Amino acid sequence: MNENCPDGAKGPGEIHTGSTKINFAADTQRWMEVMAERGWTVPNWPKEYGGGGLSTEETKILYEEMLAIGARAPLVNMGTRMFGPTLLEYGTEDQKQRHLTVIARGGAPWCQGYSEPGAGSDLASLRCRAEDKGDYFLINGQKIWTSGAQFADWMFCLVRTDFEASKHNGISFVLLPMDQEGVTVKPIELISGSSPFCETFLDNAIAEKRDLVGQLNEGWTVGKRLLQHERSGQGGLGTGAQRSRPVGVTIDLEMPDVLNDYVNDPSIAPELRDRVIDWEMKSAAFRLTQKRAGEESRDGKTPGEATSVFKLYGSTLAQDRQDLIVDLMGHQGVGCEDETFTSDETGAARSWLASRAVTIYGGTNEVQANIIAKRVLGLPD
Amino acid sequence: MTEYTQDQATFREVVTKFLQAKSTPTDVRRLMASDEGYDADVWQQLCQEVGLAGTHIPEEYGGFGFGPVELGIAAEEMGRHLYCGPFFSSAVMAGYAILNGDSEANKQKLLPEIAAGSTVATLVLDSVNDPNQVGRQLRVTGKELDGTAPIVTDAHIADVLLVVASGEDGLGLYSVIADADGVKISPQQALDPTRKLSRVAFSGAEVQKIGHLSESGLNKTWDQISVALAHEMIGGAQQLFDSTLEYTKVRVQFGRPIGSFQALKHRCADLLLELEWAKAATHHAAFCLASGQEPETASMAKAMASDIYMEAARAAVQLRGGIGFTWEEDTHLWFKRAKASEVFMGSPHTHRERLLSLMEEAS
Ligand SMILES: Cc1cc2nc3c(=O)[nH]c(=O)nc-3n(C[C@H](O)[C@H](O)[C@H](O)COP(=O)(O)OP(=O)(O)OC[C@H]3O[C@@H](n4cnc5c(N)ncnc54)[C@H](O)[C@@H]3O)c2cc1C
Repeated sequence: MNENCPDGAKGPGEIHTGSTKINFAADTQRWMEVMAERGWTVPNWPKEYGGGGLSTEETKILYEEMLAIGARAPLVNMGTRMFGPTLLEYGTEDQKQRHLTVIARGGAPWCQGYSEPGAGSDLASLRCRAEDKGDYFLINGQKIWTSGAQFADWMFCLVRTDFEASKHNGISFVLLPMDQEGVTVKPIELISGSSPFCETFLDNAIAEKRDLVGQLNEGWTVGKRLLQHERSGQGGLGTGAQRSRPVGVTIDLEMPDVLNDYVNDPSIAPELRDRVIDWEMKSAAFRLTQKRAGEESRDGKTPGEATSVFKLYGSTLAQDRQDLIVDLMGHQGVGCEDETFTSDETGAARSWLASRAVTIYGGTNEVQANIIAKRVLGLPD
Repeated sequence: MTEYTQDQATFREVVTKFLQAKSTPTDVRRLMASDEGYDADVWQQLCQEVGLAGTHIPEEYGGFGFGPVELGIAAEEMGRHLYCGPFFSSAVMAGYAILNGDSEANKQKLLPEIAAGSTVATLVLDSVNDPNQVGRQLRVTGKELDGTAPIVTDAHIADVLLVVASGEDGLGLYSVIADADGVKISPQQALDPTRKLSRVAFSGAEVQKIGHLSESGLNKTWDQISVALAHEMIGGAQQLFDSTLEYTKVRVQFGRPIGSFQALKHRCADLLLELEWAKAATHHAAFCLASGQEPETASMAKAMASDIYMEAARAAVQLRGGIGFTWEEDTHLWFKRAKASEVFMGSPHTHRERLLSLMEEAS
């Protein structure tokens, strides 16, 4: 690996997202390609679907080796992290052959058509309608907050196929190509001024019958499993090497170097020092628990309801971290593109804005707490 | 963090079984009302039959020869069952102090007696908040000790006091016979009656020097004690959490179990999370001590265990409503222990500051 990992794919920086509509830096692209040749973009997927066919133990070693040479994950997207693992479990042989092999090679980026204007936390109340037209479904409705829809080739999508049944029982999980007449994508401008997500309008859009995943009207089960994969990634349980920091060798200030100046400033309020140290302790404890759970999930267990525990805590920690950084910076933490601020400072302000999202997407923190209370603690409805 | 072995899991079962039988809330209530605060027979069984006081004491000194991980398991279960007795003072605090000292003769004499429970010892520190403050009140001149330690656990039943004091050549560890002339032990009425405290004043008491105590030696002892205490605390926190969760499932108001109300669900979910991470930090700290690594994990464990114990204790009262405020209900036993332990061997704030300075030294 060391011989084949270009310098530009080491350390922090751009990670390949498998998009065919974005140009990546040459080193990022090359790293993805050499790893894909061996199936090591998705090391633990079976070889016949483009994976590396590695055992859990071998996969762990591979990630450790990547970490040792400072290599970034070669490919991370919704296909490798969320949709792929779900399709491995629920897909037909034909679906796996057609879709997984492409994902493994860094092709066909996917987007997630779950949320609708009227269905957010209460996702199962979704109303996007799919009619059975023999060998295809005709789909009408609107999706919203579709991350990366403008760069996606395919969408996995929850649609209603039975309007009579109770809300969880009339949903199906279908796959549809984005480049078709019936799909219109409109980027939404975000709090940070950029537009990584969209409104997606489906007007007589078509999904082929062979792209129905799981049984008709039983898509909620498939959709929920995908959410568990999503949350385990957000909770830091993902297997991407860029996340697997060594745990417990020493607790180190996870804050960027620049912060040492702020933390060590003698005029800093004791309350802020306390918050810094509190955050460090929680982050270290979180990583310890993560490591144990990560080992369990690599032992072949699929992520369960406990993923909500990690999603809730991980997102809170991530958001607290950004709050703390700008708080430490004081006025220097509210900069925009202006030469009186350093790039660390404007970066901190941007990240602070962006961190508002982590407690919302993938199911809000309030919703995760509901799930934990019900599924983990067994509290009544 | 490493997982517990099968042997360690079995050890936990043995400890749990003993405490379930011998440290019920009825026992705790009886003992906390007594002057001694412990049951001498149960203490003998705990030492002789189960051998718990010698958990971490090497075999050559009459112990089991286990380490901080097993000691942590014992302490965790004691915290859960609120065991009343000199285990923490004698085995953990005094035991570690002697073990870390350089006097072979004292190890050979005292440790087997501590492990057997035939001698009760305790550690006398003139600050139970900050190791940097230790040795400012207690001073040794020649062979005589003067000064006052405001908070000493189980001194009223101790045979031997191990005292950290300043001598002519810096900090040292000394032993004093508890009923010697010049030793005045005044039991305190304190909030938590399940662990008895005394004020101990020395005026010209005769000491025997056990050895010199370096700053790092004192900090090591402090860390070991803090980690054992953190285990005790997460055991107590777990007990409060479990019982509170159970209560919210059975108490009915507005025609439904109160655990179905979202405000309570979210509070319980938050507690679960904090408890899980505090447990991870505490167990990790014991594994680190066992392999001689990372002093900072001890402070992390003590700070996090203190926070979650108090958090669980507040919730345990609040979520029970009026009954949680009564003497009859058992919650207050743990509630008081939580507060007393929070400020013992370093408040969470002290440990945070300690952790930060350790990190700054390292970076
Ligand atoms: C950056 C970003 C990217 C996203 N990407 C995607 C994507 O790719 N695909 C996709 O399908 N979706 C995506 N989403 C949508 C996301 O999943 C939803 O925003 C989220 O589920 C919340 O739904 P909502 O916005 O409708 O808020 P609402 O459901 O209206 O929630 C509003 C508030 O009410 C609270 N609330 C709601 N119900 C309850 C309850 N039962 N108990 C307590 N509190 C409650 C919520 O916690 C929240 O605080 C993305 C969102 C963001 C911010």
